[in-house]
Amino acid sequence: MFHEPAAKQDRDPASGYKTRLGVWMFLFYALVYAGFVAINLISPKAMESVVFSGLNLAVVYGFGLIVLALIMALIYNGFCVREERRLAAHDGEV
Amino acid sequence: MDWMPILVFLGFVGAVLGMSFYFARKARSAAGYYAAGGTIHWSVNGIAFAGDYLSAASFLGICGMIATAGYDGFLYSIGYLAGWIVALFVVAEPMKRLGKYTFTDALDSTFNSKGIQLAAAISTLVVSIFYLIPQMVGAGVLVTPLLGLPHAIGVIIVGGIVIVIVATAGMTSTTYVQFLKGGLLVVFSTIIVVAVLIRGFSAEPDQGGKVPFHKYASIAATEVDGTLVPEDPTVKVLGVKDIPKIATLVKTLHGDKTTWFKKDVVDGRIVLQECQYEAHGAGGAVYVNGAEKSETNVLRQAGSLIKLEGSTVIEEKSVGPFEFLAKLGSPDTQVKIWKSVKFEHDGEKVAVYYPSITAGNKIMKPGTKFKVEGTPLEKLDFVSLMLALFLGTAALPHILIRYYTVPTPAAARKSTIVAIAAIGFFYVLTLYMGLGAMVNEVVNPADNNMSAPLLARSFGMLLFAIISAIAFATVLGTVSGLIVAASGAVAHDLMDRFGGMNLTDNKKVLAGKISAIVVGIIAIILGIIFQGVNVSFLVGLAFAVAASANLPSIVMLLFWKKTTYQGIVASIAVGIVSSIGIILFSPTMYELYGRLPTEAPIPFANPGIFSIPASFLTLVIVSLLTQKKGGTAQA
Repeated sequence: MFHEPAAKQDRDPASGYKTRLGVWMFLFYALVYAGFVAINLISPKAMESVVFSGLNLAVVYGFGLIVLALIMALIYNGFCVREERRLAAHDGEV
Repeated sequence: MDWMPILVFLGFVGAVLGMSFYFARKARSAAGYYAAGGTIHWSVNGIAFAGDYLSAASFLGICGMIATAGYDGFLYSIGYLAGWIVALFVVAEPMKRLGKYTFTDALDSTFNSKGIQLAAAISTLVVSIFYLIPQMVGAGVLVTPLLGLPHAIGVIIVGGIVIVIVATAGMTSTTYVQFLKGGLLVVFSTIIVVAVLIRGFSAEPDQGGKVPFHKYASIAATEVDGTLVPEDPTVKVLGVKDIPKIATLVKTLHGDKTTWFKKDVVDGRIVLQECQYEAHGAGGAVYVNGAEKSETNVLRQAGSLIKLEGSTVIEEKSVGPFEFLAKLGSPDTQVKIWKSVKFEHDGEKVAVYYPSITAGNKIMKPGTKFKVEGTPLEKLDFVSLMLALFLGTAALPHILIRYYTVPTPAAARKSTIVAIAAIGFFYVLTLYMGLGAMVNEVVNPADNNMSAPLLARSFGMLLFAIISAIAFATVLGTVSGLIVAASGAVAHDLMDRFGGMNLTDNKKVLAGKISAIVVGIIAIILGIIFQGVNVSFLVGLAFAVAASANLPSIVMLLFWKKTTYQGIVASIAVGIVSSIGIILFSPTMYELYGRLPTEAPIPFANPGIFSIPASFLTLVIVSLLTQKKGGTAQA
């Protein structure tokens, strides 16, 4: 009884799809994040260079990582919802 | 005493407590107490996530660090937010599917192992307590200027209120407190940033005319036969303190006033720059800037511009958000930031706060605090920090338990996305608030944690009162969440499951409440001990412990079918011991022990780069060695 969730769970046929998608999207973001860390270590002066509207690379990359996180989160949710609906409709047909 | 901030503050605290008592009726069952019955709407839970996450570290610590170290403080914002990607893509839905009340439930879902129950519960307790320390330090920091009470009293007040909240209503009230506070924090931080941009830049910031700008003295000097001689004959040198690699400081007497100066060399000439200081004499007397410390004689708030894009005539109103950052980041901009050094001199314990003039392009990139251009060890420290911030979020117990408050895995995912939006927006604001404090002469040189609230005060007492009350609620909410997590670990994981006590639902809630009181008292004591340490730095350490102790187990359980319960137990143990071991022997802790940081046997402060791989490796090796003996994960 102790392993039951606090709220009753339905079967989630899309979980495998969502897990695979999540891992790939995580790896992509991790790569972009690692790029930020690597530039700071390998070529820290590059962070001073102005790249957009008077803003330097450090600010643009930093803000970019924050905005990218939100965009990827919305894309991920969009794909997940689509798959959940598709499988739910498929279940309904059976 | 100004009563308005006190009334606003009391109003907030009253509202929070009222909410707790109102929701107390929902916390009579264990599911209600630990997981709010799993009935919270995902949008409310998302903002509550933001409320949980935007703790004292984010609002006080990050803004404070940006105010004194520039972009390096913003690294925390980037890392903290990036951590949510791990939470969303890897952890959110599986955690919801696997668990009931606690992180231990999820880890143990396929094994039913006493070892996992014990190790994961201890890990939850350790990480929660590490995370509680900076929250309590933040509480003390807030109460001092708001209510005029000592740090320790502030910590005790927060501890007391939180114990009441948690012991009364558990996760339901904690969720709504977090929702309210998270929303208000984002709204009022936006107001501060708009005010900063409208105010613009000034060479002599005076807090809207409320505090006259102090012009620091600068005295030319020469060196004759190794003796320093000021050109102003009325200034007499009393002593020189050379602190290698940091600064040469000069104690002077002018009339009857003692002042410390920093010796600089400008264009080949010696210049003495006026500092601030606090000296504790043997008899207990405390002197600040040459006179006895009093209510009116305290350290001056600091931080201002010397040049803006090469010009010393600075008077610019209403700058755009990009323009603000671009102008500050110019190589021709110079900012006066303040650093500190502590030492003993003539029987006095002295803390000198000295100005450091730094170019804008250095302020607006990493390197002021984290030496990305330094030695290999310093670079390693930077990588270690960024790794821990990235991987720590998804392993924080008070974040993980919030996945159990929503009804479905899809709701867990959606609430995480709402959290990313709110938290990401707030973190962009931190850069403006921190830099705004840096150039508006509002930074307390002895404790940068108050930079954001003091920036708000420079715009008026009402904004200060509201922001301080929200910041206080921030601490209350986060501490409540942490204490719920810790009490769940004790009552549900340790007593009920590991101890096999088979508590009834009511007794489990009672045990949770008693645990909350004990953990709250421990947090109060630690909050008093750690006074003065930057709260974001302390949270960074909590992230490192969480990422080392918890994340390898979560990830491997989900993605590696050969994971055994022995592997999980060993991984948690190695993660806790290695991360805390490195922290205890780090330069920062040596400073807290009252010793020189250079004496620390481990020359860096962030353990993640060693402890996280060590924990992963341990799990893999032990799991491979125990394939026949232990059960494996059904991933």
